[in-house]
Amino acid sequence: MIKPELICPAGTPAALRSAVDAGADAVYCGFQNATNARNFVGLNFTDAELERSIQYAHDGGTKVLITLNTFPPAGKFDLWQQAADTAARLGADACIVADIAVAEYIQRKHPDMRIHLSVQAAASSPEAIEYYVREFGVKRVVLPRIMTVSEIKTLVEEIPCEVETFIFGNHGLMVEGRCSLTNYVTGQSTNMDGACSPAACVKYERAEDGSMSTKLGEYMIDRFGPEETAGYPTICKGRYKAECREDGYYAFEEPISLNASNMLPDLITAGVHAFKIEGRQRSRAYVKKVVAAFREAVDSIMAGEEPKLADLVALTEGQKQTEGALKTKKWR
Amino acid sequence: MTSAPLPPRASGGPRGFPFAPPLPLFLLQPILKRIVTKIAADNPDMFARLGPHRHEYFLIDPTNMPFKLYLRPDPEALDFRAVARCSEPPHIARISGTFLDLLTLMDAEQDGDALFFSRDLIVTGDTEAVVCLRNALDDVDDPIAESVADMFGAPGRMALNALRRAAENAKKRKEASS
Amino acid sequence: MSVELTLGPNLFHWPAEQKLDFYNRIADESPVSTVYLGEVICSKRTPFFEKHLDAVADRLERGGKKVVFCSLSEVVIKRERNLLREWAEQEGRDLEVNNTAALLYLKNKPHRIGGLLNVYNEETMTYLAKQGATHFALLPELPRAAIANLGIRARELGVGLEVQVFGRASLALSARCYHARAHDRTKDNCQFVCEEDPDGMLLSTMDDEPFLTINGIQTLSYAYLDLIADLADMRDIGVTHMRIMPHTCDMVAVTQAFDDVLQGRIDAAEGEARLRGLGIDAPFSNGFYHGAAGDAWVAPNAVTAA
Repeated sequence: MIKPELICPAGTPAALRSAVDAGADAVYCGFQNATNARNFVGLNFTDAELERSIQYAHDGGTKVLITLNTFPPAGKFDLWQQAADTAARLGADACIVADIAVAEYIQRKHPDMRIHLSVQAAASSPEAIEYYVREFGVKRVVLPRIMTVSEIKTLVEEIPCEVETFIFGNHGLMVEGRCSLTNYVTGQSTNMDGACSPAACVKYERAEDGSMSTKLGEYMIDRFGPEETAGYPTICKGRYKAECREDGYYAFEEPISLNASNMLPDLITAGVHAFKIEGRQRSRAYVKKVVAAFREAVDSIMAGEEPKLADLVALTEGQKQTEGALKTKKWR
Repeated sequence: MTSAPLPPRASGGPRGFPFAPPLPLFLLQPILKRIVTKIAADNPDMFARLGPHRHEYFLIDPTNMPFKLYLRPDPEALDFRAVARCSEPPHIARISGTFLDLLTLMDAEQDGDALFFSRDLIVTGDTEAVVCLRNALDDVDDPIAESVADMFGAPGRMALNALRRAAENAKKRKEASS
Repeated sequence: MSVELTLGPNLFHWPAEQKLDFYNRIADESPVSTVYLGEVICSKRTPFFEKHLDAVADRLERGGKKVVFCSLSEVVIKRERNLLREWAEQEGRDLEVNNTAALLYLKNKPHRIGGLLNVYNEETMTYLAKQGATHFALLPELPRAAIANLGIRARELGVGLEVQVFGRASLALSARCYHARAHDRTKDNCQFVCEEDPDGMLLSTMDDEPFLTINGIQTLSYAYLDLIADLADMRDIGVTHMRIMPHTCDMVAVTQAFDDVLQGRIDAAEGEARLRGLGIDAPFSNGFYHGAAGDAWVAPNAVTAA
């Protein structure tokens, strides 16, 4: 049985240190620009911060994976090249890549750098994964959050690279890397600028009756009653009206988080090589709690013990959690 | 544009705060000044993370207290003071919540997003500026709540622990009632 | 350099009869040079029109059109994977790829890259061209600056460059069917409810503003993309093919208006006026091309001033 690595998010150097201290096997993080898909204000690493952070992580026996998981628009490819070069120069352990040309560049220029295929590449079949392995020597694929455990098991046997699955955090069913909803409303592209619902375009407005509405650009993407919990201000987690529905409804997905703690033994049996925790935009308190909880869970499962699972529901979006697609396809 | 300054629905009230009537504002000002100067001196990198938003004023509104806090996190022109509850000085963004919830946001032991998802914290105005401030505060080496408590020695640390327990209890009460 | 007008794949689930009538009319009356056929969105829909494809292709070719066959965009379950393999291995047809998995089978065979595959930059274009891609349809969200750079590289590589100039813009794909969800069904039990919305199902905001449209697993814009005023500019920056997407409005009139502007028989303003006279019950947008929010309409005089 393989002991899966625990892959943890870090939006800031402090969060990275928290993840390392809490027992992460690897942390993933990005630069302060469009080369990563969490290009938010006040988040991410300067070159100098990354250098110190890699040192800190390596001293603690933790790997550092660099997210280069956006798509360079024509004319701006240089920025992604520089990011890959910097990652290599600072001794990062792998780059997480979505764009074909970025993968090709790393393979050619930095043949010793491991390439992990980002979920943003939307490789959702063995054939698509095999293509990336064959063409760019991809060592690991991050699977989209749409597969059942038994599908993952079959896939692990079928493909010639390691498999990483999400176990906690944001849960959505949109094909990642194939979404320009934010750009339609704000002029900022998730794929090209690394911004899904950039905060500068989000407004919260309270009405007399205590309800609160969320606006992205000019559009109201949700309205909450006084007692309702809120989710991320993204289009795919909002409520809308349709002719066939009486009231507003979550047309795409409820504000809910993935929590696969109960599925960990099955995922380990399926042969998954790495477990990924989502949330580079989250606080270091989140990182510390979630990483520590899953560190303990994975260790006890590997030791043949019943894992004690911490209550993480307070940290979830909308304060609701789901096992997502891992159990069933009924959500389709 | 800022939405109507309504108090959040969160219960809080006097019950949320374990201490008796607050100090008059003029007593509060030098303490606040000391706090912000110390944090700024200890965490110079924080301002780089704030980018252009360091020149903005933030209105921090502890809804169950008789004052609001007014902050400009600019290392060249630091400003942090209490203003009367009824005053509304110009600001780019407002963060409202109970005193304990706001303390939680400054305390790296707690997760601010969770408060937002539960809607115990309300953000109006320039959301990006608030997110940026949150991210910058989250990256300081020592949690701000603890640094502040340390400034006041053992009594300060005791007060912080009391506040944390109060926050924990408030959370439990809320969970029990929901 | 001459520019061609194409008719993109029909993204919606129309009854077979309606589709047959539609393509017959295109064959006889539309000035488009190329027609893209095939089910792109949902594998469950494929059986309905599969049996007519050869006849339709034949009819279009007799009308002087080139016919290209498109692949599915989402390929996950075993049946879809088999469908894609069979599709990729067919001989003697022009193929447009909308899922990376097909590239596994098409190395060093000529093929086209579809508008649902991510080609954002000239280096990706070069890489795929070296592996046999001869023609690239771009994503709607690409701004003019990026298209211009791709135009330069496309010319160097000798490949075609196609941009959508009319119709609702594809904004997102999902593993979940949102048509089924709206009707409290699942994808496996959808009863093809998407057939009720031949131009997509409208989603409005909670304050009743029309916002997006749903087409099974696909989310599209509410506004219709309209780049008729930008055709000359697009030609200048190296776009070789202008793609018009099928809708229920009079598509012969739409393609005719675009052709008339392309051939200089009418000016862009008159073309715009004709499109607006077709009774399309939605606004027009050109924001993506002009580097603005996709739903925006950037007025033509503002463009010349810029």
